[in-house]
Amino acid sequence: MASSKASRLGEEVWKTRMDKVNAELVVLTYGTIVAQLCKDFDSDYIEVNKQLDKMGYNIGLRLIDDYLAKSNTMRRCSNFRETAEMIARVGFKIFLNITPTVTNWTSDGKQFSLIFDENPFADFVELPDDGRAQDELWYSNILCGVLRGALEMVQMQVEAHFVSDVLRGNDTTEMRITLIRYIDDELPPEDD
Amino acid sequence: MSHVGSGKAASSKEQTGLRYPSNGKTIYHRPLNRTKTAELSQAAFAYLFSEMVIYAQRRVAGIQELEKRLNLQGHPIGLKLLDLLLLREPPRSQTRPLTIIALLHFIKINVWTHLFGRQADRLEKSSNPDTPDEYMIVDNEPLVNAYISVPREMSQLNCAAFVAGIIEGVCDGAMFPARVTAHTVGGKEEGEMWPGKTVFLVKFQPEVLEREALLGKG
Repeated sequence: MASSKASRLGEEVWKTRMDKVNAELVVLTYGTIVAQLCKDFDSDYIEVNKQLDKMGYNIGLRLIDDYLAKSNTMRRCSNFRETAEMIARVGFKIFLNITPTVTNWTSDGKQFSLIFDENPFADFVELPDDGRAQDELWYSNILCGVLRGALEMVQMQVEAHFVSDVLRGNDTTEMRITLIRYIDDELPPEDD
Repeated sequence: MSHVGSGKAASSKEQTGLRYPSNGKTIYHRPLNRTKTAELSQAAFAYLFSEMVIYAQRRVAGIQELEKRLNLQGHPIGLKLLDLLLLREPPRSQTRPLTIIALLHFIKINVWTHLFGRQADRLEKSSNPDTPDEYMIVDNEPLVNAYISVPREMSQLNCAAFVAGIIEGVCDGAMFPARVTAHTVGGKEEGEMWPGKTVFLVKFQPEVLEREALLGKG
């Protein structure tokens, strides 16, 4: 699907097929989740990142069905570049009403970046001034897990992590996504 | 002395160890009302909320503890929403509610409309003379429970305990300390109009009622 067509699709699904709620309800709920994790793990931010990624993974496993049903795209992307465009222009659009920029491709077409000009989760957020959070916590790390889980369900094993975040004082928020492999359809277990 | 104090406060921002982006993308540069009417998908909320409940469930021993935990996670949201929503009111209605009734109306109308896109369905005072400190906010169909199915063996659970925590935060922030709990009251029979109907029971601390009585507004 051409990227302009993907944008139109994302826009249309967002406008006509998605139930909406006030953004601040979602933002504040996410905030309380991260805050609770920081408390439970005694500000071990590395562990908080892991937990967020895990939660995101669980979400991704279920979200992909929702994505396929709502976007009604029952055709496989022809390559990873198309996948990237669909994630940005349809996936992020219909769930979070944002369209991150796809960029910084490696020449083998297996690794790209999503740049988030807007990140609704980061509204109202300032990381703790404890000399560690800005170096260790990836506040929106749940999004990495969502991508990993959702793509796994459509036979793509990926690795995703943030490389910069405005909450850490960087000028951009950037996630790096790498295609590890396409997962072969596994044979169903032998029926003994 | 007060000069010294205020001087310190003024320079404290430079003293923080936090780094800020050079392009000014910080919470201090963004208008507070930017996201006032912004929308996200209900799906995004449902996914996050269900992960929050599942995570909490793994760390507690029983239903009461689970509800307590959800309540605690809502509480800070209520504290902050009170300030945020009052700030967004026109200047003449920016003062915080000063009576129980005004506070409950604020919750039923302003808080509910902001969070859930509609008012709460009803407000009631306990008719039991033994509990004049109890009020009820009724929601026929809590948005937070839209995608939650409670297993039979946990039928006592109502995940709107999260919302109860938000209400409790608003009450505490407004200096009307209270305990708020969520209870399912919808009938299980076939054809029941509101099976998920939830009552938020607001029980104010004794000093709140004492104060109202003293002020002659009770």
